[in-house]
Amino acid sequence: MTAQPAQSPKRATTFAEWLDALAPSVFIWPSVLIILLLAIFPLFVSLYLSFAQVNLVSGGYEVKFVGWKNYEKIFQGSQQRNFFGRWSDELNFLGLPGAPDWIGWAVMAVLTVFLAVMLVSHLRRRQYSPIQLIGGIIGTVALTVLVRVFTVWLVAPSGAMAGTWFEEQYWLSILLPVLTAVGSANVLGIAGLFWRVVTVAFTLALAYLFVITFGADGLPGGTVVTLIFVFGGITTQYLLGLGLALLVTQNLPGKRFFRIIFLLPMLITPVGVGFLFRMMADTLLGPLSPLWQLAGLSNYSWVETANGARLAILITDTWQWTPFMFIILLAALEGVSTEPLEAALVDGANRWQLFRFVVLPEILPVTVTLLLIRMIEAFKIVDLPRIMTRGGPGTATESITLYAFNQWKASTSSIGFSSASAYLLLLLVTFCALVLVNIVRRRVLEAFA
Amino acid sequence: MICLRQPSMKLKALALLISILALTFGVGITSAQDGIVVDILTFTGPQIAEPLQRHAPEFAAMNAGVQINVVTVPFSDLYQTVLTDQATGTNSYDVFVFAPQWMGDYVVPGYLEPLDAYLEADAAIAWDDVAGFFRDFSSTYEGSTYTIPLDGDFHMVYYRTDVLEQLGMTPPATWDEYLAIAEAAHGTDMNGDGEGDYGSCIGKARGEQGYWFIHSIASGFLQSQGTSQGGFFDTETFMPLVNNAGFIRALEIYQATNAFGPAEELNIGVGDTRSLFTAGRCALTLDWGDIGSLSVGEGSAVKDLVGAVILPGSSQVLDRATGELVTCDDTTCPHHVNGVNHAPFAAFGGWSGGISAAAPQEVKDVAYAYLSYVSQPAQSNVDVTIGATGFNPYRVSQFEGADAWIAAGFSEAGAANYLGAIRDSLNSPNMMLDLRIPQNQRYQGVVLDTVLSQFLAGEFTAAEAAAEIEMQWQEITDEIGLDAQLAAYRATLGIAGGE
Repeated sequence: MTAQPAQSPKRATTFAEWLDALAPSVFIWPSVLIILLLAIFPLFVSLYLSFAQVNLVSGGYEVKFVGWKNYEKIFQGSQQRNFFGRWSDELNFLGLPGAPDWIGWAVMAVLTVFLAVMLVSHLRRRQYSPIQLIGGIIGTVALTVLVRVFTVWLVAPSGAMAGTWFEEQYWLSILLPVLTAVGSANVLGIAGLFWRVVTVAFTLALAYLFVITFGADGLPGGTVVTLIFVFGGITTQYLLGLGLALLVTQNLPGKRFFRIIFLLPMLITPVGVGFLFRMMADTLLGPLSPLWQLAGLSNYSWVETANGARLAILITDTWQWTPFMFIILLAALEGVSTEPLEAALVDGANRWQLFRFVVLPEILPVTVTLLLIRMIEAFKIVDLPRIMTRGGPGTATESITLYAFNQWKASTSSIGFSSASAYLLLLLVTFCALVLVNIVRRRVLEAFA
Repeated sequence: MICLRQPSMKLKALALLISILALTFGVGITSAQDGIVVDILTFTGPQIAEPLQRHAPEFAAMNAGVQINVVTVPFSDLYQTVLTDQATGTNSYDVFVFAPQWMGDYVVPGYLEPLDAYLEADAAIAWDDVAGFFRDFSSTYEGSTYTIPLDGDFHMVYYRTDVLEQLGMTPPATWDEYLAIAEAAHGTDMNGDGEGDYGSCIGKARGEQGYWFIHSIASGFLQSQGTSQGGFFDTETFMPLVNNAGFIRALEIYQATNAFGPAEELNIGVGDTRSLFTAGRCALTLDWGDIGSLSVGEGSAVKDLVGAVILPGSSQVLDRATGELVTCDDTTCPHHVNGVNHAPFAAFGGWSGGISAAAPQEVKDVAYAYLSYVSQPAQSNVDVTIGATGFNPYRVSQFEGADAWIAAGFSEAGAANYLGAIRDSLNSPNMMLDLRIPQNQRYQGVVLDTVLSQFLAGEFTAAEAAAEIEMQWQEITDEIGLDAQLAAYRATLGIAGGE
């Protein structure tokens, strides 16, 4: 404490000064506490609910702890098909279930190569000594396995600790090894590598899930459907938004008018947009049905096929959210300083080079933030599929949020299961957001800057 | 305009505050003075809530010091609102007008008052006039009566009389005949606009009413020994009656109707099929009683061109021991008509009124008197002929006299035909009860609805869908407890002794 007297706050000498020093905390803490309570209380209650079943009984309700049952139902029980999807049971040459088609294999191959290059470049950049690298890996793996074996022994039903609190506390056998892995990777100095390996494994697993549910005998579940909405949606919206913003920054006639027109869709409530597009997509009774009939499409329905329904929702989502991309990218583009542009022009750069080497690097930080916000938001998509297709046909457009909602609305006792689904979504969002922020963002900035 | 003197803001605010206080207390005092207030909870409607609100002033005029309030919530909130009100002990409502399907969830924890004593002392309600199915099954639980039926809900098949005449076909008695008519009529122009129209329109959308229609088709295969046999589970083992030849056949028929309907069929509900049918675009449809009064209503293109018939049946019924279909005879289906087993499905079960057990005695008395008043033939026999009430016939006298129906716009032949179909259904001793066990919404609204929709979208074969429903239904049963569910199921079917 006394080592750095210069940096410690000035000591209060009188009561009044002490009060003065305290004042900021007195003013801030109540609101901080309230916000923390509002944010954290539901988080913990719903976490607890995801391990429970709620039953209505005479005079109230009871919350029954059921352990991992809700999660088991999703990972290996009756709901696996709806949550993750369905795939071929036959083992492929990798010894894994699922039969991706050649496009699927190609996607996996490209992704694997890309991730491998990323890992290797990380190793090169960090220049671990061989001892640190090998020791770190072996140490982390060994410690984790050790703790895992120990905790499994500890919590085994009617095992050595039978009758004590430890019996059947399965969460210990998962939480402790995970903490050990994180901790030992940090202590042994390979934390960067550790997180990259986790990321790579998670990404590959998601991608594999994607390609097998689109492969032979496959059927995409809520997770894959949500990922389609998220990544299909934000890619299209970003490109369109960027294009529109570039157009509006040109000195075209009526650009002020278009600036407002392009913003309108964002101001409409998503439920309203859902109904609007549901009516327009209705080839039978909708306001556009004369047009569909003229085109000879009166006996075609968007929502008849799985991909048609997904496309209809993607189009609607794009219509609604492109303005958000547009307005922020427009602000970023207008903030691009003119000196480098002029200098580049003098040097003889063409339009593409101007964009690629001057404009793009300047708007990249905004881009990454924009994508992050949109991604987090898009993962929660529920209103459009709920209104437009009700998750159908079948479960082709049932996002995870809609799935959790559908489970809950029928019965109070399913609220625990719904919480479990929602928590898995939270995990997925957190993972994707972390990947974007920590890895994609830095690499993109390095590549372009 | 410039005001010379403006009262200060403070004065204005004070005046506002005083008037608000006066209003609040004033209202509070008047309603407290007025004796007995009965609060009725139902859904937003406007149907169902409309007749309840319309009769309230009449009833209050006849009974001094009585006030009837009708409170409405959206349909999707009604089930939970009743549960929350009772489970938390709030008890803001004295009467619930709800779907009898939820009865198990309300009766078991003791939320509803048994009405047997009231009914015995009440001659005006003409209880014997209420069709046997609603009197003995729909309004009872474990032998006691808990609700007063206000509405009769069951599915029928509606057809276009002119289209069938043109085709030289008779109304369908079996589902194979239904498919044959749909196929023959599909693509022909039925409303004179030069466009091909549809053979069969069924609202199959997920999250709407689609899952009720599958049991309208399956009922004829699954239930043959009368209402108390039940059509959802085995009454001894509680095995779901889905993974068998009868239900799989019903799934195949349901899917086969896709080919003769609009392309949008998987995404439309009964609201849309009713518009399509009354616009003259469908030869056949499957619906509750509403089509009857809608077809003679404003904007209908099919006035006097609509016939109704009891739900088609099957000449083969399920043998529960083997899970296979057997041919209908006097033993396998004692209620058969010309060798065809009909089991009209009382989907949803008809809006009914129950009284909160937690209400004070004098309020219960008035509440009962009001439910009885709305249900009495003098009121209800008129209400059921008006499309806007949402009430469908449930009394014998309602299909005996055609006068009220003709006054409502039916032709004599049309009324005779519509009422004949209702009579055939209501008189059937083999009417199939909708599922009323606790948490039935999870069985039907979630599992059946989802898997059925997956099946119609081609994600499952019929056999896979049947196996999937069975597996997920059993999972729910295991979670809630098999013995409790079996006892509840037997109680809804009026089988004595839980086990």
